[in-house]
Amino acid sequence: MATLHTVNKSPFEKRSLDCCIRHANPGSAILLIEDGVYGALKDTAVSDKVSGALDGRKVYVLGPDLHARGMSDDRVIDGVEVVDYAAFVDLVTEHDRVQAWL
Amino acid sequence: MKLAVLVNEGPYQHQAADSALQFTKAALEKGHEIFRVFFYHDGVHNGTRLGVPPQDDRNVTQQWSELAEKHNLDLVVCVAAAQRRGILDASEAKRHGKDADNIAPGFRISGLGQLIEAGIQAERLVVFGD
Amino acid sequence: MAEPWEEDEGPVKKFMYVNRKAPYGTIYALESLEVVLIAAAFDQDVSLAFLDDGVFQLKKGQDTGEIGVKNFSPTYRALEGYDIEKLYVEKESLEVRGLTADDLIVPVEVLSQDELSKLMDEQDVILSF
Repeated sequence: MATLHTVNKSPFEKRSLDCCIRHANPGSAILLIEDGVYGALKDTAVSDKVSGALDGRKVYVLGPDLHARGMSDDRVIDGVEVVDYAAFVDLVTEHDRVQAWL
Repeated sequence: MKLAVLVNEGPYQHQAADSALQFTKAALEKGHEIFRVFFYHDGVHNGTRLGVPPQDDRNVTQQWSELAEKHNLDLVVCVAAAQRRGILDASEAKRHGKDADNIAPGFRISGLGQLIEAGIQAERLVVFGD
Repeated sequence: MAEPWEEDEGPVKKFMYVNRKAPYGTIYALESLEVVLIAAAFDQDVSLAFLDDGVFQLKKGQDTGEIGVKNFSPTYRALEGYDIEKLYVEKESLEVRGLTADDLIVPVEVLSQDELSKLMDEQDVILSF
């Protein structure tokens, strides 16, 4: 009964990512999109929290939104997978439900 | 798979509409069925044909309209949210005594029941908003 | 559990309406409630979750007279009349905001974060506003 969670807010401005991680059960996945992609970056104040979320969960970041913001894939936390829109669609169909943390 | 999409923000102010558009295109390209795209909250502004974005920018509404025509997409604008914000089709304009309508091609105005029905009929519902 | 007279009504899905935003600052809370009222007519399994700033939607004693906006909080009390009786509020969200169940306009079931997370994972459709 795995859920795909989406987060579209910068973790430096809003608490959506934090709320999402607290509610994301083991086996679920988190996809960072729009301003949420800033949560996927290495060496930030939230990197450790996101790395911690990888324990028992998958974390993805939407490449098109990452690249639009001037961030390259090598800036992304190890273990966080960069995906395109086609893979976003696959994540939706592979999970039982999608929960947006708006 | 049968998917439904909910768009809760207008174009340009927030990326949600663009994200929904890209997601919908990708899903169609992969051969999935989009049962319906429902526009709610400020998302109803996706459905005005009177927007004139700069020539070097994308036209979100036009992209929805083209997608609707190409794939026979059902683009539904919530009537209650639309009335508040001045999005009208010809019959709504007439009913409320307004001198113009502004619904874009491929969009239709209907009730919130269409959102619930999309939730029932589609296997997944994906929400884009703020 | 399906009652005998419900058997011919097609599939019943579990819909959860997740409210995480405060009222009045934005329209999301009000328009979310409008969806819930329509949803009541569809004979689905409807529940409402209030967490994060969404718990402020249920604060007793809202008086919008001085801001010129309609006070929609009495509608939460009317939900029972629409057979919408599953209102869940997250305990941790109340606590960090200095609220208790006594501050709320309707009786709710207060759940821990873990209980709510489990409940969310039992839903078919999650509508977030």
